[in-house]
Amino acid sequence: MPKHRNSKAPNKQQIIVIKFLVFVLCLFPLARLIYLGVQENLGANPIEFIERSTGYWALTMLLLTLSLTPVRLLTGRVWQLQLRRMLGLLMFCYACLHLSIYVWLDYSFMWDEIVKDIIKHPYVLVGSAAFLLTIPLAITSNQYMVKKLRERWKALHRLIYVIAILGALHFLWLVKKDFREPLLFILILSILLGVRLFYAQIKSRKLKPQM
Amino acid sequence: MFIQKKSDIASSEITSETIYQHRRHFLQQAGFGLALGASGILNSAFAAAPAKTSSQVSTPGAIKLPPFTKTGYGTGEKLTRFEDISSYNNYYEFGTGKEEPAVNSKLFKPTPWTVSIEGEVKKSKTIGIEELLKLAPLEERIYRMRCVEGWSMVIPWIGLPLAQLIKWAEPNANAKFIEFVSLGDAQQMPGVNLPILDWPYIEGLRMDEAMNPLTILAVGLYGNVLPNQNGAPLRLVVPWKYGFKGGKAIVKIRFTEKMPQTTWMKAGPREYGFYANVNPHVEHPRWSQSTEKRIGNGLFAGRIKTQMFNGYAEQVGQMYAGMDLRKYF
Repeated sequence: MPKHRNSKAPNKQQIIVIKFLVFVLCLFPLARLIYLGVQENLGANPIEFIERSTGYWALTMLLLTLSLTPVRLLTGRVWQLQLRRMLGLLMFCYACLHLSIYVWLDYSFMWDEIVKDIIKHPYVLVGSAAFLLTIPLAITSNQYMVKKLRERWKALHRLIYVIAILGALHFLWLVKKDFREPLLFILILSILLGVRLFYAQIKSRKLKPQM
Repeated sequence: MFIQKKSDIASSEITSETIYQHRRHFLQQAGFGLALGASGILNSAFAAAPAKTSSQVSTPGAIKLPPFTKTGYGTGEKLTRFEDISSYNNYYEFGTGKEEPAVNSKLFKPTPWTVSIEGEVKKSKTIGIEELLKLAPLEERIYRMRCVEGWSMVIPWIGLPLAQLIKWAEPNANAKFIEFVSLGDAQQMPGVNLPILDWPYIEGLRMDEAMNPLTILAVGLYGNVLPNQNGAPLRLVVPWKYGFKGGKAIVKIRFTEKMPQTTWMKAGPREYGFYANVNPHVEHPRWSQSTEKRIGNGLFAGRIKTQMFNGYAEQVGQMYAGMDLRKYF
């Protein structure tokens, strides 16, 4: 990697500041929901509003998490990778809120209705599956688990791609007829995954002549 | 003959009074519209609180409909707030977001308005809305409305039984169904520019459903003329069916021999049937139909059980006796 790029990279203290700012920024949607809730300003269907909003931000955090590697591939910068764990955990937080609202406010813990909803409605099924898969990633996100699992950690965390695809389907299938928003999500996701595939191809081509 | 002609003139004078009032109302709405349109955009960008602004647009008192009588329908039900009814709408002609119709319909012009009566009918002609309003006395009907998306409201409509219009129009023996065509005016309705649905919006009823005393053509809400976002000036209300069966801003009523192809049937034949009766036993691929959320019950109220035919089984159940409602959903 060229040296001048490294010299531009933020130092440790700057990273802490950047992390803090990103963290605060990412909590803004939650603060907004709480503020609107206190003001009783969530519209005619407040539960739907909170459910949609938390789901939307979980997916946004997912895209942000997945955007750090393409930035590295395209620019050679690496410092932003230090934000990945935090962004991933923020996605998990919004997904947890999303699911809690669904189980608690939307369905008031009517478990038989919830089971029926999951089984009968494909978008709920893929959404639930996506959430279940985020749990092992959140549990193994700490440094101790990274060291303990080593290569297996990498393999395990590739689940994020499965989660992203399930999340995209969840979004696409819940929409009634106006597909513009989920298609935008899918487009961005395709670009983020496409950059990875493109560089993986280049890498494998470079390796072949040496063999 | 002469006397009849005179009475005609007299009634047309009453008509012009209504037009005048409609216009007054429109101008008022337009005026508020400009002011609120701007604040509405700001709201959705920063606070997303459309509910509170729209209530001030058509607060009761500004305009009065012809006198209407109260009826026993739905008394005892807790009414959904006017602000919620007029700010949470599925009206794709004005945008697919629930809060969009209230904002985007501000400048919509519901007067003058005519309805074209067509097809297998003796009086195949165009009728002005004022004339239509004189076909029967207006009634207030408090109905539950259940949306296919799993939420519901209790709405005090004002309207006249559709049966009165049908009797007046004198359908012939071939008329088995009625098709309702909504306005699809891209100039006034921004959503019509998007190919999300096959415009104009089309709905339909079987003749016996259309003649059922519960079926009304609504012109008012909460004692006043319909807000634009609720389907002004004239919309269909069929309380035992999912809300999308209620076509808004109706411009054409066509009597047909064959079952009409409705807009949502074309958009998703697996998801939306012609009958679309509220039925907790027939699942939708996306939403639970066994329970519903009642709008306005608050964050912690939970769901309520959806009733067969939205609770109107006694009045409408016999029309579907012997029919497989899983097949004819």
